[in-house]
Amino acid sequence: MNDKKFWGISGAILVLFAIYWVAGYPFFKPERIVMFFAILLVSGTIMLYMRKAVRGEEIYLRTIPGLKAVEEAVGRSTEMGKPVLYVPGIMDMDQVETVAGVIVLGHVAKMTARYETTMNVPVSRAIVMKAARESCRESYLLEGRPDLFHDDMVHYLTDDQFAYAAGVNGIMLREKPAACLYMGKFYAESLLLAETGNSIGAIQIAGTASPSQIPFFVTACDYTLIGEEFFAASAYLSQEPQLIGGVKGQDMVKILILGTIVLATLLRYLFDMGWISWNVLNFLTIQ
Amino acid sequence: MSAEIIGAWIAVFLTFAIFSYLYKDNPFYKIAEHIFVGVSAGYWASMFFWTQIQPNLFGRLWPSSEYNDSGFWYGLYDLLGTVTSSAVFPAGGIDKGHGMHLIYLIPFALGIMMLLSVHSKMTWFARWGIAYTVGMAAGLRAYGFLNSNVIGQIKGSAVKFSGDMPFFAMIGDSYFNSLILIVGTISGLLYFYFSREHVGLLGKVSRLGIYFLMISFGASFGFAVMGRISLLVGRFTRLIDYARVEYNYASIWMFVIMVIVLAIWAFKSKEGKEASA
Repeated sequence: MNDKKFWGISGAILVLFAIYWVAGYPFFKPERIVMFFAILLVSGTIMLYMRKAVRGEEIYLRTIPGLKAVEEAVGRSTEMGKPVLYVPGIMDMDQVETVAGVIVLGHVAKMTARYETTMNVPVSRAIVMKAARESCRESYLLEGRPDLFHDDMVHYLTDDQFAYAAGVNGIMLREKPAACLYMGKFYAESLLLAETGNSIGAIQIAGTASPSQIPFFVTACDYTLIGEEFFAASAYLSQEPQLIGGVKGQDMVKILILGTIVLATLLRYLFDMGWISWNVLNFLTIQ
Repeated sequence: MSAEIIGAWIAVFLTFAIFSYLYKDNPFYKIAEHIFVGVSAGYWASMFFWTQIQPNLFGRLWPSSEYNDSGFWYGLYDLLGTVTSSAVFPAGGIDKGHGMHLIYLIPFALGIMMLLSVHSKMTWFARWGIAYTVGMAAGLRAYGFLNSNVIGQIKGSAVKFSGDMPFFAMIGDSYFNSLILIVGTISGLLYFYFSREHVGLLGKVSRLGIYFLMISFGASFGFAVMGRISLLVGRFTRLIDYARVEYNYASIWMFVIMVIVLAIWAFKSKEGKEASA
């Protein structure tokens, strides 16, 4: 979509909304107006920066050591002639972390295809298996090595959390991968996996946004992508302008959030002191 | 020997077999691992079918409340019951308290498309199901995330800085706690700012942010370890129970047998390695 079309459609939506508003805004819940503005602001900011990036505007992204280490880990596996183990978490594709994990898997698969390194991806959900297989197949095709891809590269173990952990641990002990990558949504099995990987001397890189599991990965892995770093990973690895623009847009949203936090604290103080009658906390409560 | 005693011996064997992993990969661990993975995979497949597909999908497509044996739709159902299983498609429709919802033909079709992908030329069919799952979840969760992770966070961070409260308190409202909360939130958020190098003031604030994150991770780690220890204590309590005479000293016997077998196995593996070297 070019700029003219984009602004044309945006303007048309704005006009339609103005008509809807003048007509008495039926079905609109005024008590949720804060959510309405939040959706507009967040999506608008991200879209704006995505468009800027697509137009060719240079966007700087700082280095994340964990992401630089991914290629090193694959390279190490290649040198040692050992496989790369990739664990995309234990949840289904309806979790954003699993989706991010499968996207990163695609980039890792490109590296393994390039270096002709074996990769093993045990999964615990049927849909994740299909998605991960498709992602790997496409990466091997793009790298011009479809001959190296085989379906068993991505294989199902079980849906059960600890049985899956036991199975992956068994794979680690027998295959002794040189690199273990854990990217997705994890629960209590995180430490079981990371400790086993540590015991076999593999280089380990983890990425998750599960706050309760990050400490385990930080303790047992060489590099950990914490929360947002993990979601930014696909942009870093692919260097696609649209994704990089998305990361920049999210950064701007964070600045907006910081500003709102400071403003909300100030407004609360003024309300508590009785200097204003408008309660910001009520405004921020979604009914 | 009662089923309870047999169950206890199996439980003790599997527990010790999994614990034997602490020594190294060995035949006991392999046995337990393969049983665990195989049984759980079969169990979950069966569970999904009987708790989701049969009652919630088939039960909404062919509910007993709208059964009509002369129509095409229930004629198809009767045919399915004849060629597959009457347990899945019982006579007279499925009675799970649902009405007929033909919209469920969409997930049914997506499921069939996933199954069709076993054929190499129909692999692309699976993409529809994946696309639906990802797209649906993204849309559904966007509102929830924005509510709890953005607006809820802003609301929670708009802390109190007035009124009658102490300067410092370990628990509850205090000026110090409010300050910690707001400084921690702002510096933590700035650590995740990617589009500028973390140098100068931003570098210092983001460094403070990572300290806050690490302190919270440490607390979370300690809390989780405490939980794991309680699980271990629970397991040991069971093993001690099974070491009693009522269970024929299952824990003691099993421990002794496994240690002896492991010692023989380790000795033979060493011999084998030496011979091959």
